[in-house]
Amino acid sequence: MTMLTIFYALLFYVATLVFVVGLALKIRNYSKTPAPLKIPTGPTPKTTAGVAWRLAREVVFFESLFKASKWTWIFGWAFHAGLLVVVLSHLRYFQEPVWLPVVLIQPFSIYVAGFAMVAGLAGLWARRWLVDRVRYISTPSDHLHLALLLAIALSGLTMRFVLPTDIVAVKVFMLGLLRFDWQPLPADPILLVHLALVALLMMIFPISKLLHAPALFFSPSLNQADNARETRHISAWASALDKHS
Amino acid sequence: MAIAPFVTPTLKSYPVIPLIKVGATSHLKPFVAAAPIQKALGFAEELVEDWQPKAIAKMGDLLGKYRSLQVYMDACVHCGACSDKCHYFLGTADPKNMPVARQDLMRKIYRRYFTWAGKIFPWLVGAVDLTREVLDEWYTYFHQCSECRRCSVFCPYGIDTAEVTMAAREIMGSIGMGQKYSNEIIGKVHRIGNNLGIPGPALENTLEGLEEDTKEETGLDIKFPLDVKGATVLLITPSADFFSEPHVESLIGYAKVFHAAGISWTLSSHASEAGNFGLFIGNYEQMRNITMRVKEAALELGVKRIVVGECGHAWRVAYSYWNTLIGPFDYLDQRYPVPQHICELTDDLIQRGAISFDKEANDKRIITFHDSCNVARGASMGNMVGGQFIIPRRIITSVANHFHDMSPETVRTSTFCCGGGGGLLTDDLMEVRVKGALPRMEALKQVTDDHGVNFMAAICAICKAQFTKVLPYYGFDMNMIGGVHQLVSKAIRLGDK
Repeated sequence: MTMLTIFYALLFYVATLVFVVGLALKIRNYSKTPAPLKIPTGPTPKTTAGVAWRLAREVVFFESLFKASKWTWIFGWAFHAGLLVVVLSHLRYFQEPVWLPVVLIQPFSIYVAGFAMVAGLAGLWARRWLVDRVRYISTPSDHLHLALLLAIALSGLTMRFVLPTDIVAVKVFMLGLLRFDWQPLPADPILLVHLALVALLMMIFPISKLLHAPALFFSPSLNQADNARETRHISAWASALDKHS
Repeated sequence: MAIAPFVTPTLKSYPVIPLIKVGATSHLKPFVAAAPIQKALGFAEELVEDWQPKAIAKMGDLLGKYRSLQVYMDACVHCGACSDKCHYFLGTADPKNMPVARQDLMRKIYRRYFTWAGKIFPWLVGAVDLTREVLDEWYTYFHQCSECRRCSVFCPYGIDTAEVTMAAREIMGSIGMGQKYSNEIIGKVHRIGNNLGIPGPALENTLEGLEEDTKEETGLDIKFPLDVKGATVLLITPSADFFSEPHVESLIGYAKVFHAAGISWTLSSHASEAGNFGLFIGNYEQMRNITMRVKEAALELGVKRIVVGECGHAWRVAYSYWNTLIGPFDYLDQRYPVPQHICELTDDLIQRGAISFDKEANDKRIITFHDSCNVARGASMGNMVGGQFIIPRRIITSVANHFHDMSPETVRTSTFCCGGGGGLLTDDLMEVRVKGALPRMEALKQVTDDHGVNFMAAICAICKAQFTKVLPYYGFDMNMIGGVHQLVSKAIRLGDK
C-alpha cells in the first residue's frame, strides 16, 4: 500500500464525511428555523401541489433565471445539466454490476455533457468579467468556484480524450473504498488532480455558496402556498406572543 | 423643507440598463429618529455605546427566528439575475442599489460572524468587520429599498431583498438608529390610531364634511359612518383617504358602493388606519400591536365582516399576515373572505349585477393601471391565481370605456414600485423617490404617447401620494394619478332602483 493510496483513501473518507454531515447540519438548521409569516412571492400557486410543481420547474428548468437573464440561464442551465449527466455517468465507478441507465447515458456523457459543462462554466466566467454589474458583485470566492469546477471538468475531459488513465484500476480503488478493502490508486498526475479537486469541492459544499442547492427547497418565497386567508399560519415564537396579551 | 437640487432622469423611449456609477446615491439617507420617537416604541434612544456586539447579537437572534433570512444569507451565488431588476438601481445606477449588492451589505457581516469561511478567510468570501462605516452604509442603502420584492421574482432561489432590508432595519432600530419617518408614524398609530395623527373628533368632522359634499354632488344621503355598533362591515382604510387628494375620491367611491348595495358599514376611530409601518421596519411585535387595533375595533363594534380600502402594503399585511397576527376570525361571517379587499367586494357586486354604471361618465379618461408592488407580489384577491391583477382591471373596464395596460414587463408580477414604498415616502429621500420612479414613468410615457392615456389608477395610498409628488418632475400632470374607486365613484348609478 503506497502513501499515495492511503492519502487519497483518507481524503475521500474525510470529504464524504464533511459533505454529508455538513449538509445534514445545514438542512437541519434550515428546517428548524421557523418561518413566522406567509411570504410567498408572485406568481404564487394556491395549493401544495402547485408549490411542488413550481419548485420542480425551478429545479429542472431554472424558470426564474430564464425570466431574468437569457444568457445567464443558457450558460447556467448547460453547466448544471451537463454536471448532472456527468455525475450520474460516474456512478459506474461505484457499482458492480453497473445499472442499465448509467450504461445508457455513457455516450451522452462523453460526447455532450462534459463539453456542455465547460462551455457553461466558460460563459458564466466571461459574464463575471464582461458585464459591469456582475463584475462589481464578484468576489475572489466566486472566481475560485468557477476555476475549481472548470479544472475538474477539464482534467476529466483530458483523461477521456488526451491522456487516458487506467480507469479499471480507478474503479477497483473506488470499490475498495466502499468495501473498506483498500486497493492501490494509479499514480497518474491528472487523475490525482481530478480526484483532489473533487474532494475539495465536496468539502467546501456545506460552507460555501454551493448551499444554494439545498437552500432552494427551503426558500419561503418559493415553497409556501398562497392560502393565508384560508389556513391560519402559526409558528412557535410568534404564537407565544398571543399567550401574554 | 429644502430639498438639495438634483437632476431628474430623462425618459427614454425604451428601457436602458445603466452602467454602474459607484457612490451615485451614497449621500442620500433619511433622518435618524430622535430619542423621544425611539423611546415611544421601546427602542434604544440613540446609538448605544456597545452597538457592535448588540447588532451582531440581534442578527444572530433574527437568523434563528426567520428562516427567510437564514436561507437567503446562504443561498446567493452572485449570478446577477437581480442586478438589473431594482427600480432604484435603474434610476440611480448606484451599484449598491442592485438587490444582490444590497443583500451583500448584510451578507458580508453574516459571513464574518456566522460562517467558518468568513471567520477564517474573510478576504476570500468578501467578509468584513461590522464597523461604523458599514453601519452607515447600511443606514443609507437599506433606506433606498422599498421592499417591493421585484428582485425576488427573478431570483432563482426566490431571495427576497425585502426580508434582508427588514432585518437590517430591525437591527438598526434596536441599537438606536431607527428611521425618523417610519418610527414617528408608528408612534402616532399607537397614540392616536392612525398614521396622520387625526384624533377621533377631527375624523368625525371630516366625515360629516364629506357627507355634505356628497349630498351636494348626488342629492342623496350617502353616509360616512364612524364607530357604529352593529354595522355589518368594518372598513379599514389608509388614513390618507380621509384628508389627501386624490385619496378621498376613492373613499367617496367606497361609500357610494356601500350605499348602492345597501350594505351597512362603519369606520372606526380606534382603528382608523389600514397602513402598518411595522412591516417596513421589520418588527413583528410592532406590526402585531398595530394590527391588534383592528381586532379590538371589530369585537367592540360587533361587525360581521372586515373590508380593507385601497392600500398596497396594508393589503399585504391584511391578506397574508392578519390571520396569523390577530386570527382566527371565527367571530366573523365565514361566507365572505376575511379580510376582504374593497375591490373584491365591488367586483363581486358587479359580477352579481347588484350595482351598475354609466361608463360614459369616465369617457374623458383614458386609463391605465399601476399594479402596486405589495398587492402584486405579497398578496392576492379572489380565490384565483392572479386575482390581484384581474379584479382591479375588471372593475376599471366595468366602469370606464378606455383602458390600456402598460408594457407587460412593467405590470402584474413584474410591476415596478412607485418609488415611494417601504418607508421612503418622506421629503428627506426625495431624490431617491424621483429617480426610483423612472421605470414606471417610462412605461407610463409609452402609453401616453401610444394611446393618449391621461389617468393612472392605483390601489395604494403610498402610490397615490408618491405619484402626485413625482409626476410633475417628469412633465406629467399630478392629477393623472387616482384610485380605482375614484373611477367607480364617477360612474356608479345611485338612488332608488
